[in-house]
Amino acid sequence: MKRRRRTKNPKSRPVLRVKRVSKIFADGGRAVSDVSFDAVEGELIVILGESGCGKTTTLKMINRLIDASNGSVEINGQNVSRIDPVHLRRTIGYVFQGIGLFSHMTVAENVGITPALLHWDEERIQIRVDELLAMVRLEPEKYRNRMPAELSGGQQQRVGFARALATSPSVILLDEPFGALDPITRDTLQHEFKHIQRSLNLTGVLVTHDVTEALLLADRILVMKSGTIVQFGTARDLVASPASLYVAELMDMPKRQMRQLESVVG
Amino acid sequence: MSENFSERLAELPQYLSGHLLLSVSALILGIAISLPLGVLASRSHRTSGPLLATASLVQTVPSMALLALMVPLLGGTIGFLPAFAALTMYSVLPTLRNTVTGIVELDPAIVEAAHGVGMTNWQRLWRVELPLAAPVIVAGIRTATVWVVGTTTLSTPIGAPSLGNYIFAGLQTRNWMSVVFGCVFAAVLAIFLDQIIRLLEVALRERKRQLGLGALAVLLVVVAGGLFLPLIDLGAQSTRDAVTAQSKTESADKTTGRSLAGQTIVIGSKTFTEQYILSELIERRLVEEGAVVKTIQNMGSTILFDALRNNTIDLYVDYTGTIWTTIMERDEAIERTAMYIEVAHYLRNKHGILTIAPLGFQNAYSFAMRQDHAPSLGARSIADLKPHARELTVAGDPEFFARPEWASVRDTYGLGAITTIGMDSTFMYQAVRDRRVDLIGAYTTDGRIIAFDLVILDDPKAAFPPYDAIVLLSPEAQQNKALIKATAWFANLIHDDLMREANRRVDLDSQSPAQAADFLYRATNASNNCYLCPLRQ
Ligand SMILES: Nc1ncnc2c1ncn2[C@@H]1O[C@H](COP(=O)(O)OP(=O)(O)O)[C@@H](O)[C@H]1O
Ligand SMILES: [Mg+2]
Repeated sequence: MKRRRRTKNPKSRPVLRVKRVSKIFADGGRAVSDVSFDAVEGELIVILGESGCGKTTTLKMINRLIDASNGSVEINGQNVSRIDPVHLRRTIGYVFQGIGLFSHMTVAENVGITPALLHWDEERIQIRVDELLAMVRLEPEKYRNRMPAELSGGQQQRVGFARALATSPSVILLDEPFGALDPITRDTLQHEFKHIQRSLNLTGVLVTHDVTEALLLADRILVMKSGTIVQFGTARDLVASPASLYVAELMDMPKRQMRQLESVVG
Repeated sequence: MSENFSERLAELPQYLSGHLLLSVSALILGIAISLPLGVLASRSHRTSGPLLATASLVQTVPSMALLALMVPLLGGTIGFLPAFAALTMYSVLPTLRNTVTGIVELDPAIVEAAHGVGMTNWQRLWRVELPLAAPVIVAGIRTATVWVVGTTTLSTPIGAPSLGNYIFAGLQTRNWMSVVFGCVFAAVLAIFLDQIIRLLEVALRERKRQLGLGALAVLLVVVAGGLFLPLIDLGAQSTRDAVTAQSKTESADKTTGRSLAGQTIVIGSKTFTEQYILSELIERRLVEEGAVVKTIQNMGSTILFDALRNNTIDLYVDYTGTIWTTIMERDEAIERTAMYIEVAHYLRNKHGILTIAPLGFQNAYSFAMRQDHAPSLGARSIADLKPHARELTVAGDPEFFARPEWASVRDTYGLGAITTIGMDSTFMYQAVRDRRVDLIGAYTTDGRIIAFDLVILDDPKAAFPPYDAIVLLSPEAQQNKALIKATAWFANLIHDDLMREANRRVDLDSQSPAQAADFLYRATNASNNCYLCPLRQ
């Protein structure tokens, strides 16, 4: 609650500022049009929308996995287009839609990859890896030397989080991080993630198509449709004063599902 | 049998080391080319398409032809270089193809993750793409290894010694032990290299350092051991060496001045029994004169000719009819002596090659039939066959019926109604013996003509062109008067019967070509009826 209040504090300087970005792909397809939002320190923005509405594209324009056709992205006041993309990505954590662990590397090597790319010394990497594993609740002694194939889906995504956090990035990007998990594991991980994000005061952008997840995790929600912003605000704003029928129906969805559930269970 | 075995074993160091050197160096260069090329190609569809198409095209050229083509492409060089070039080209495709597919077909999510964690392109390649594509790439390398080790056996005809020498020589002399030797060692070598590479990949993937080092050590020991095998004295000296040594000492007191002392002479031979025997025979004579002789056996016919023209080899035995049809491209048949003179003139004027007086025998095509079958048909010559043509079947090697001489014989003697069957020369003699065919297009000096009681039918209209055996000397070698003298020593000393008997000893009595050469040597030494060779002392 404390942080939620702070996000509303207009005096906090935004860590991330996305200004009127658009993306037109080489094939002429317009994936994102004129999207702007910002995130202050410690704030988690959730981009919510249907599949194909441009969420991933928007996210990738932040760490330049995709370069914006128009507009700009600033991190701590610096325009990312002026930062070497390789260097930029080492300072931004990224959790992938398909988890994306390196299957030929151990858990420790996966978590320590960005530090290794930054030429940290061996010992420092090891200490950091153990610290991160403990944080995502994987006993270091037990899991350090396992291969990703020897982990459950939930454990794999824990490693994915740990990897994204390895270099204490200023911003963390998450693309449907819970999408591939079963409902119970998802629930556990969502809560743990929120806990970590709060306690580390992480600034982040998370992409999802799941309304409940957005409501649970977000400080502010950015609703997208067909590459454009429909509404940007806190969950309360969106429920209290939806900008369109689409948002109203979207926000009503969890309740509707609840009612359906009750009618079935009786 | 066991003598044959120990003789074959004595040849192993030379053949195995030649084989290893060729296969391993071609594979190393092939991988060094195809890996980076594959990585490059995997980056863009525009390069990978044409590149893979080109590599596949190379692969569709029959390997034997690719090897042979390298000789003219490399300016007539024979031996290691053209074989190495062809095998390298041959080894590129599997590794290239698997490198491209291995990288292109990686999970895009993992490749994106590599970007996402901040890898440069180079780091992505080394830390993610290559390790993950490794099993596929290594599978390609293993395919290339098996192919190349197998194909290396085909470098024998272009003058690069390999385990193929066992196979080529064995097939020609019906020495099955030799063929089996070649096949078994080539297979063992292929399986060994394949498995070592597999172990290296497993060791790399599962990070078993000891396994990796162990496999690498075994590989190095075997390759190095194989390459240096010829330098190690195995203790088991071959009978061939023994025979040579014996005749050397025998003649040591006879020879006064050794006219070729310290000179190195390279002799070539084609891929059949008679050629092995004759090259051994000439070698014997030259060694006696003090020369150091290097024999390159089992070379393709036209490759030999080019090698001679380019002074890559010093001499070999060819046949007038062969030069006449394949080099001079003439198809009319002319009289034996006239052909000899025309061929000799042509070779001297066109190619600077010296023809030494004929050895005395012809290895021509001719019709042979069973001795007991001929009288029943009333046949002594080809001319007698015409009335029976409709009922007769003639077998010949597939090449025979494609040659102009078959057409000429058929038309000259009116044999249009005869039935023809193409079969490998190894089997046609048995076929006529066992009455499965009536006639065969035989080689006149084949030992089986005596052994199977066959007769050669006369050719009164001289429809078959003459094939006098002649020794050819390269442009450079003929500057060497002592060499001319030494080789001319055999002129007109070897008659058809003598050559046939020598061939028979190898083909049917399982003697080695060296033993048969020894027989010929004694026979020619004994004969003193040489009045046609003024060069002889
Ligand atoms: N590399 C690309 N080239 C062309 N079109 C693309 C590319 N990536 C995504 N798109 C298109 O852009 C739109 C938005 O995609 P994306 O951002 O992945 O959607 P979301 O993540 O919301 O499901 C889709 O219509 C998709 O087909
Ligand atoms: Mg997406």
